[in-house]
Formats: sequence, structure tokens, C-alpha cells
Amino acid sequence: MKQVFKKIVCGLGLLLLINSAKAQTDIDGVMMEKGAFCVGPMYGHSSWKNYWEGTLKRDNANLGTVSTTMYNVMGNYGITNKLNVLFGLPYIKTKASAGQLKGLKGIQDLSFWIKWKAYSKKIGYGRLSVFAIGGYSLPASDYTADFLPMSIGLETKTLSLRAMADYQRGSLFATVSGTYIRRNNIEIDRTAYYTTEMHYSNEVEMPDAASINVRAGYRNKGAYAELVLDNWTTLGGFDITRNNMPFPSNKMNATRIGFNGKYPMPFMPQLSVVGNVFTTVAGRNMGKAISFGTGIFYVIDFSKKEKKGSSTSKN
Amino acid sequence: MKKRNIIYTLFVLISSCSKDITERDMEFPALKPASLDINAGIWKPILLTGPTEFPLAAPIATTSPDYIIQINEIKSSQASMTTAEKNAVKYWSAGAVLRWNEIMRQLVAQHNLPPYQNPDGTYPFPSATNPLAYPLFPFANPPYAARAYAYLAAAQYDALVAAWHYKKLYNRAAPYNVDPTVNCLIPKSDLPSYPSEDAVVEGAAVEILKLLFPGDQEFIQAKAEEHKRARLIAGANVRSELEAGEAFGKSIAQKFVTRARGDRAGAAAGNQTLWTQMEQQTAATGQTPWISQESPKRPPMLPLFGRVKTWLFDSLTMVTTIRPAAPPSTSSQQFKDELTEIYNYSVNPSREQVRIAHFWADGLSTYTPPGHWNAIACEDFIKQNFSEVRWARNLGLLNMALMDAAVTCWDAKYLYFNPRPSQIDPRIKTTTGLPNFPAYISGHSTFSGAAATILGHIIPGRAADYTNMAKEASTSRLYGAIHYRSDCEKGIEVGNKVGDYAIARARTDGAE
Repeated sequence: MKQVFKKIVCGLGLLLLINSAKAQTDIDGVMMEKGAFCVGPMYGHSSWKNYWEGTLKRDNANLGTVSTTMYNVMGNYGITNKLNVLFGLPYIKTKASAGQLKGLKGIQDLSFWIKWKAYSKKIGYGRLSVFAIGGYSLPASDYTADFLPMSIGLETKTLSLRAMADYQRGSLFATVSGTYIRRNNIEIDRTAYYTTEMHYSNEVEMPDAASINVRAGYRNKGAYAELVLDNWTTLGGFDITRNNMPFPSNKMNATRIGFNGKYPMPFMPQLSVVGNVFTTVAGRNMGKAISFGTGIFYVIDFSKKEKKGSSTSKN
Repeated sequence: MKKRNIIYTLFVLISSCSKDITERDMEFPALKPASLDINAGIWKPILLTGPTEFPLAAPIATTSPDYIIQINEIKSSQASMTTAEKNAVKYWSAGAVLRWNEIMRQLVAQHNLPPYQNPDGTYPFPSATNPLAYPLFPFANPPYAARAYAYLAAAQYDALVAAWHYKKLYNRAAPYNVDPTVNCLIPKSDLPSYPSEDAVVEGAAVEILKLLFPGDQEFIQAKAEEHKRARLIAGANVRSELEAGEAFGKSIAQKFVTRARGDRAGAAAGNQTLWTQMEQQTAATGQTPWISQESPKRPPMLPLFGRVKTWLFDSLTMVTTIRPAAPPSTSSQQFKDELTEIYNYSVNPSREQVRIAHFWADGLSTYTPPGHWNAIACEDFIKQNFSEVRWARNLGLLNMALMDAAVTCWDAKYLYFNPRPSQIDPRIKTTTGLPNFPAYISGHSTFSGAAATILGHIIPGRAADYTNMAKEASTSRLYGAIHYRSDCEKGIEVGNKVGDYAIARARTDGAE
């Protein structure tokens, strides 16, 4: 029974960024065991009525409430107990409740991560684990980024590098991570555009970004319940000018707090449900979004023969 | 340890690659005119009675001590040239008329934002006398922009025609031709250098921009100083040629400023009484009148712009010969069919249709459709190696046509006060911003029809391309779901007629 629980630890968190509706799944301290594949659909919804135009908080009667609906397929496979690969592929749909702007829809970005548990040691009464995670994402369809806030994404290819530390003592844990996101320039449908000056190009320079994520709570036998604090900071970019529309290379920042949880079905431990809710507490050139997500994950074990594999998930 | 190094190297790699983008305007070559157009002093001016209406004193002798001091100023400036100055020389070498047109485009884009509403749901209007208070002056919307580009180009054209007259008259050689030890950092020219054509263009631009963008003086003056300094350091002009040219350009531009102050654009915003009256008049004819779809309802954009003074024809000609017939009645079958067409575009636009809608949108925070056509024209003109005076003449023709297109289009819009598709069918959602003024006729189509016509005359080899571009710009408004087919087709037709008047002028201005 203990073995079964080890296999179903499928930790897929969800991060919904307001404008880019980016899903991230690599952000927790949970690893899949070798040969185990965790996969499932997620549904997410995010909406905002107020947003920050630069640093000015306002609403916009010509947008009403802007909502983003996301259907995501995510997966996590254990190459070894210490090395996992993850992926995510969301379909996104946007809508404004007022005004004339048409919502857009489509498959957004395909993301991959390689998650490596580099270090794990018993320290004091608990266990400290250190992870390095490399990620890559690219648009999976030819959507347009230059129609914010209705665009389904920012169209940029990203390379990310995350350093993460997790400490667990008994059923309590805390995870801290920091990420640097390299964002490639994008091409828009226009031959010239204005930021803080004219640019005669269809290429837009995309500033890089950094993210910090702190989560803590209860984690035991494949179930967890955690509080999350998350900050996304764009390293550069410019503010939306007064009464202007957003632009992909804006300085988009957001700080969010939320709850995230997962519960394996007692009658079928391979199957678990996840759910989360987030609210944006501070931001810049972003919507003050409230979001929630829910999903079902199923663990398929491709390594039935090596039951005695060493456990790396002391949950 | 090795693994840690790999991670560190990865981090450095992903964070340090260059993201610099290549911008077309920074790659423009130095202007090297195919012809000096030495006789341009006899070309027909727009407002001037003749090239000598504003007198210009003879230059000082090249043998005078003062001139030699000015030559030495060039030499010492070149010796102590900074990287910024070197870049400025390269930037301005692409052409004075071209660069000031670009500066105007940047100012338009910066100012092309509608004011945010007052707490009571009304809207404030920008004030030319208090340009730095919100809402910033001006709101450089398409008619405002069309007028701005036109005054800039027209003033520069007249100023250069007069300057060319005096260039030929005084026949002063360029500094590097007077003193062979002066380095010339840009292509040499046998064009007489008094008065400096660059300073004439700059002086005229500063005066026009002072009127149109009164809150941006610091930026404009900095550009003007950089321009003059670039010419001096390049060895193209001595100081007195620049000073004379600047003053000359400013004087002539004053004539255009006076015209602008009296061209009725200042009263184009109208007032509540007028807005209500336009709505009621249309309703009285049995047609559904236009209603603002913004929330709160915004006053229509410049309803009296149709009465602004035109360049290429008079208002009687506009009303009797160019003004389009009424649009399909809002209760007609044709109207319903056209509405259905737009509904279908709005439901499921293809990616290509969205691309076209966005390529030509030229909405908020852009240089507007007239600016887009200026950008298209300039990038083509560069390949033609025009002289500065021919640059100004061709941009003058283009921009007078664009402004007259704006006036004609706005006249029709407010005469017919025709509703937008999304007003009649609220299910219609748009893939581009919905303009806050009546639909018939399409501004993009009218601008594009006019621009394509005159540009096709200036560069006949590109005429078919311009026609296709205008057609695509026009159709982009159907794809964006903000215009009916009649708006677009009639807009192109009216624009072409306006463009024909520019061709008529081009054939008789002495430059062909």
C-alpha cells in the first residue's frame, strides 16, 4: 500500500498569469518515481474587472470583466526518481463582458520542463531537497499577441531556469523557488509600432522576467493542501499610457496569493483531484484577477517490474 | 560541482543573448539625389505668391574673415566629434524632409489617445493653450494627423521652392567645395549650399510643430539642434547657411500657420447641441442614426472636420463633384445583406483576416492611416533618390491629398450619420478597435484610395501595388467587422477622386 501511495504523488500545481494565461506545472517539491506517468486535464478560469494601467488601478466600461478560460493537458513522467520531464498544452479562450472587442481562442503554448532533484538530505527532524528545473515553451499555434487584453498569450518563446528548495518535516512542508525567464522577441502583424518611441519593425523586444514562489502547508500520502505566494516581475518593459491599450512588451507584474490542494481518491489512489484558487493582490499593467482551477490526474505505472525502486518522495 | 557550473553557464547563456532589433529607419542610406532639380525655384508654390515673396539677403563672401572662422568651426567640430554626433550625422544624412516626416509620425503616435472620461461621464477636451494638463493636447486622431502631415509637407515644399530660387541666384558652393581641406562626411553635392536646405526644412518644421504639438517643444527643439549640428559637423553647411535657412524656413512656415489658424479645424469638435442635432436630423429622414458605442457615450470625433479648408479643390467642388451619394437605407435589403456579411466575418475570422485587420488597423497609439501611407511612401521614395525639394513636393502632394480625403470623408460621415454594424447587431464583435464616429464612408478606404492614386502617379512602376494595398487596407475594415462593404467601396472611389486632383496639380506644378 505504501508503494502505491508513492506512485500517485502527482504534483501538478497551476499558475495562471492574468495576461499571458501561462500554465506552470513544475513548481512544487514533488517528484514522480521512475516509470510513472501522471497525466490529466485541467480546467482554469480567470477574470478581472479592475486592472493596473501602469500603476493606476482602474476599470474600463468598454471591457467590463475580461475572462480567460483554459483547458489544459498536463503530464509528468519519471525518467528516474530524481529526473522528471513535464509538459503542458493549454487551449485558451478570452472574452470581454462589455464593449465590442472580440474574444480570441486557440491552443496557446506548449511547455516542457526537466526537473532534477539535485540534493536530498535529512536535516534536523525533516528533509531538505534542492531542485533545478529547466523549462522551454513555444507557441503551439499561430495566434496573435498584439491584441491585448483579448490575446490568448504573448507568443514569446521562453527558456526558464528555476532553483527550488523544499523542506518537509512530518506532514508539514515549505517550498521556495526563484525563476529567471528568458523571453524571445516576438513578431507582430504590423510593420511599425509605438512603445515610448516609434519602432519601424514587426519585431518586438520582449523583456525577460523573474518569478518568486513560496508555498507551505500539509503534504502526506499523495494529498496536499498549501498556501501559495507568487510574484512575477517583468525585468524591463514600459507602462501602459493613460487610456491606452496594453502591449506585449509592457512591464507586467503581479503578486498573487492562493490556495492549492490535491486529494487522491481513497477507492482508486491512482486517481486524484486537484483544485486551486488565487487572487491578485498587487500588480502593474495587469488585471487584478481572481482565478480558480480544477483537474483530474491519473497515474500510469510503466515500471511494474521494479517495485523496489528507492523512494524519493517521502510523502 | 560540474553540474552547478552547467546550470550557471545555462543561466548566463539564456539571460545574455542580444535582443536588439533591426529598425528600418535606422538603416536608411544617405540621400544622394539623382538630380539637383536646380530649377525648382520656378515650381508652383502652394501658398506663396512666388519664390521671392520672402526676401533672402546675399550670403557673406567666402573670402571674408567671418566665413573662414565658420570653416574652422567645422574643422574643429569634426576633430572633436563624439559617437553621438557621428550617429546624428548618419541619421540626418538620410534626408531632412524624410526625418521630419518621421518625427511628426512619432508625435502623432504618442498623442493618438482618446481622453479618459470625467467622473460625471462627460469627456474633457484637450486644450492647445494648456497642452501639458490632462487630457494632453492634441488628441492626434486620423483627421488631426492628416492635417498635421499636410501642413508640415506643404510648408516645407513652399520653403524649399523659394530656397531653391535663392540657391540658384547666389550659387554659393558647399564648404568642402570652397575649401578642399574640409572633410565631407556625407555624399558630396554640387547643389549651392546657401541657404541650407536642411535648415529650411528644419525651420519650417519647428514652426508647424509649435502650432500642432505645443507641449512637445523640448523634444522638437532638441531634434532641431541635433539636425543643424549634424549638418555642420558633416561639413555640408557653415553656420551662416544654417542660420539663414532656418530663419527663412520659419518665415515661410508662418504663412501656413496663419492658414491653419483660420482653416476651421479648431472648431471641428462641435458641441452637444450640434451632436444632438445631427442625430435628430438623420432620424427625421427615417434612417437609424449613429450612436456612440463607447461607455460612457463619447461625443463623435470632429463632426465639423468636413468643413475644414481643403488644399486641392474648393468646398463647392467637394460637395457637388466628390461627395458620395447616400448609403443604402438602414431599412433596405442591401443594408441587411451587408450587415449579414459583416456578422459572418465577425463570427469566425481566419488568422489571415485578423492579420490583415491588424496590419492596417493604425488605431490607438499609432501614426494613423495617413501616417502609414507616409511610411509606405517614404520607404519607396528613398529608392528614387529624390532631391530634398522633390521629396517635399511629393510628400506635399500625398499629404494634401490625405488631408482633403479626411475632409471629404468626414463631410460624408456627418452628413449621413450612418450607424456601425455592431450598433445594429450587437452580436457583432470586432477584431480591431471600433472608431467612435459614423460608418459611411470608411476613412481607411478614403485615405488609401487617395494615397494610392497620387503615389501611383509619382512612382508609376508601383501603381498596381499601391492599388492592391489600398484595396487590402479597405477590406481590412470588413474583416475587422467595423464597416459595411458600401463604406469601403465608396471610400476607395471617393479617395481615388481626391487623388486625381493631386495628380492634376502634379501635372502643372512645373516639376514634371
